[in-house]
Amino acid sequence: MAIRKTPEINGGSMADISFLILVFFLMVSTMDKEEGLSRRLPPLPSEDQKVEDQKVNRRNIIQVKINSNDRLYAGSEMMDVSQLKDKIKEFLTNPYDDPTLPEKEMREIAGLGQYPVSKGVISLQNDRGTSYSKYIEVQNELVKAINELRDQFAMQQYGKKFIKLDETKQDIVRKAIPQSISEAEPKDVKKK
Amino acid sequence: MARFIKNDKKETPAISTASLPDIVFMMLMFFMVSVSMRSTDRMVQVRVPQATEVAKLERKELCSYIYIGTPTQAYQAQYGTESRIQLNDSFRNTDEIRDFIAAERDNLSEVDRPFMTVSIKADQDTRMGIITDVKQQLRRCSALKIMYGARKAGKAK
Repeated sequence: MAIRKTPEINGGSMADISFLILVFFLMVSTMDKEEGLSRRLPPLPSEDQKVEDQKVNRRNIIQVKINSNDRLYAGSEMMDVSQLKDKIKEFLTNPYDDPTLPEKEMREIAGLGQYPVSKGVISLQNDRGTSYSKYIEVQNELVKAINELRDQFAMQQYGKKFIKLDETKQDIVRKAIPQSISEAEPKDVKKK
Repeated sequence: MARFIKNDKKETPAISTASLPDIVFMMLMFFMVSVSMRSTDRMVQVRVPQATEVAKLERKELCSYIYIGTPTQAYQAQYGTESRIQLNDSFRNTDEIRDFIAAERDNLSEVDRPFMTVSIKADQDTRMGIITDVKQQLRRCSALKIMYGARKAGKAK
């Protein structure tokens, strides 16, 4: 009886098959990274607390408004987006303790000690007609101002940029320079 | 000496392609790992605006998406060119976001629910009105962690 060998399977087409699968996956998949600006929305106020909500001192709040023509107002003056960052930085640091700029509160931060934390709040208002790209541009500028302040602070305290710090130190910096942007209740900001 | 006599016909040997499948499979594996499946068909045109201070989303699986933009050409006859909201696979209005968020929340495990993020992917030409409505709805169902989709711009300096 002759011993029958099983014939070898030809593997030559394996490459073709795997190429086919590869192309299939390339087509059905996306590679876009999830990137964007993270925000926390304020919780909806319950009915009974609506009366005494705005008890924030006037000097502690800066109104950033964008009207329906994409014009930007910060405080009460009209300005260009490029000026906004410096305005915000000045507002949040208040280097000369100007009485019209926000007050600072000594706060105990674990791992750092006493640090004057600014009580400033940025209130961002937009009109229904504002374009989204402008809105993001302004948001971006606000974040940039805060990021730069944090970098500055991190440089001073630890000699490193904020991103390069470890988690606990980042937390300290976050507490010292909070990102206090409030997206105000929607209002129709009429164009002036 | 006879040993060193050259062969008369010398052909270049064929390159072995035996390892080609391995290489391709390796690429295949790489793509399968690095890539996420396109779960929904885009029915609206979205070009997200540019920003320089973008942060990466840490956990993609906790993220649900709301697309806002003008319908793509195939749907324009039916839905017009006004900005619309797309949830999963259909056009919805703002009132339905609530159900959408509730459903998405149910899909997550108990531990992960507080970390749910809603990514708003809106076209850069959208008006803020519709986005404000969406935001109000999100606040109403207390999905407060949001993310404005943006693509990273080259540092303009």
